[in-house]
Amino acid sequence: MQLLETDTARVAEWRTERARIAAASPAERDALLAEKARLTRRAVIGMISHAGQGHIGGDFSVTDILTTLVGAVMTIDPADPTRRDRDRLILSKGHSAGALYATLAHAGYFDEAELGTFMDPLSALNGHPNRNKVPGVETNTGPLGHGLPVAVGQAVGVRLTGTGARVFVIMGDGEMQEGSNWEALMAASQFGLDNLVAIVDRNRLQQGARTEDTNALDPLDDRLASFGCEVRIADGHDFGSLIHAFRPSTTGKPVAVIANTTKGKGVSFIEDRVEWHHKVPSAEQVALALQELS
Amino acid sequence: MTLTADAAPRAVYDNRTAFADELVQLAREDSRIVAVCNDSVGSSNLTAFRDEFPDRLINVGIAEQNMVGVGAGLASSGLIPFVCAAAPFLTGRSLEQVKADVAYSQHPVILCGMSPGMAYGELGPTHHSVEDLSWLRALPGLDIVVPVDRLQTRQAVRNAVAHPRPTFIRVGRHKTPDVVADDSVLERGRIQQVRAGSDVTIIATGTLVSRALDAAATLEGQGVSTRVLNAAYLAPLDVAAISAAARETRAIVTAEEANVAGGLGAAVASIVGQLEAGARVPLRILGLHEFAPTGSTDFLLDYFGLTDAHLVVAAREALANV
Repeated sequence: MQLLETDTARVAEWRTERARIAAASPAERDALLAEKARLTRRAVIGMISHAGQGHIGGDFSVTDILTTLVGAVMTIDPADPTRRDRDRLILSKGHSAGALYATLAHAGYFDEAELGTFMDPLSALNGHPNRNKVPGVETNTGPLGHGLPVAVGQAVGVRLTGTGARVFVIMGDGEMQEGSNWEALMAASQFGLDNLVAIVDRNRLQQGARTEDTNALDPLDDRLASFGCEVRIADGHDFGSLIHAFRPSTTGKPVAVIANTTKGKGVSFIEDRVEWHHKVPSAEQVALALQELS
Repeated sequence: MTLTADAAPRAVYDNRTAFADELVQLAREDSRIVAVCNDSVGSSNLTAFRDEFPDRLINVGIAEQNMVGVGAGLASSGLIPFVCAAAPFLTGRSLEQVKADVAYSQHPVILCGMSPGMAYGELGPTHHSVEDLSWLRALPGLDIVVPVDRLQTRQAVRNAVAHPRPTFIRVGRHKTPDVVADDSVLERGRIQQVRAGSDVTIIATGTLVSRALDAAATLEGQGVSTRVLNAAYLAPLDVAAISAAARETRAIVTAEEANVAGGLGAAVASIVGQLEAGARVPLRILGLHEFAPTGSTDFLLDYFGLTDAHLVVAAREALANV
């Protein structure tokens, strides 16, 4: 199985949309991004329904973050996904692959029809992302606590090669219980990686329970600050808030964004419910969810 | 090459010196080369590299998981990272990073396992790297190189720069003699014959190759013609050389400074055991079976039967089983 091919027609459309978003008023911009996010969530429901498995809760909490990065923030060219000066995006919470795939497909990194093969035998779209099959994926994730160290390496590499790119990496909040993330933050601070943006999808739920009832993360802001980050708090479902939080570092420190989100955001009966970490909707629930997202 | 047990003491070398020297030389010509370490600037012999290329030495501190992930990120930026750390911590602590970030992701990171085997003798099993070959052989897409001497160490570094791909290089600290000829070439995926023979084959790796040559000389004196193969690559595995040894000699002995569960001997057994009946020759696998007791490297090599004398006995026993 080779790398999926670019959907050049879709990339052209994406470029037009991206320019429109850049020129729009905040209200128009938010509406355009909301529409993209809506389509991503609908695609995710279709993918999970098709595959009979997936991680719908985390997909929906991270959808607006991914939409903002790809739709309005990152300097990227989906037709040239490995160009040297690209901004990098690592989804460390690789179990949210569904939302990532839909976001990438809608930008033309590959043909949207491929989403219909999600988790099929020999599909490029594994349950966790594989960079050797899916353009736009920077590194293979799935085991938690891997993305941030790789992002630190990329941020150092970008600096050494002088491309001026930025590196965005998204962790789940439960994932911040992995020690490797804190090793990486120490290094990011030590190296003064002001081109790194570490985003925590703070939906307050992990697979089995609430994060604070499991291995509490708060005071997460203080903890991130004490590890040397410029900490920003964002509403993870407010595009303006996210765009503002993703602005360049103002202190020379790595940026950490705590994006407060709702797991399952967008579908009322899925929101903020621990069992929807990887529950699969019934046919009736699919219809209801699509109705809410219509 | 002639090596005899009663020869004058041979010069022996720590391969880390050749490693570091070659790395610095290549880094002068190729700005893609960077080094990553876990506070191991001294023990990885990276002092000269740091002094000459301070911006290209990325010391992440004592944090091996982050170290390997950082290596993957650097590789994805078009750089050639040599990630250097004591082999037990590089492979054990960060095994999942080696699996997911390097082998599975196919980021061309060069993992340099310093002071492998029982090089840290008296420091004990926590500091021994005798599981590395087993662990890493289970990872598809990762080259495993065990340079036998100074020349092969330099060649391994050069090969990594010429063709960057996910690679583990076992860089020996326990001093050993030079083995290969000056004009020999380290070929990817090849097990190299360092002595011809027709009765029995010893397939050895790393520190055990010079001991195998000593054993072969002794066996020759006893009328046993002994082929010696230097397994400088454990992955990709040289199936042809192993199969030829099984078909052309009557028994095989393997020897490694590593645990026998999954290492070189297990690799050879997996090939020989699947050959046609006539080629499934008797096999003896020498290595570690348990955590080491306290002792120096040389003491422990003797304790675990990894000397030329033990190899002679093993070869004769294997032939007796024909």
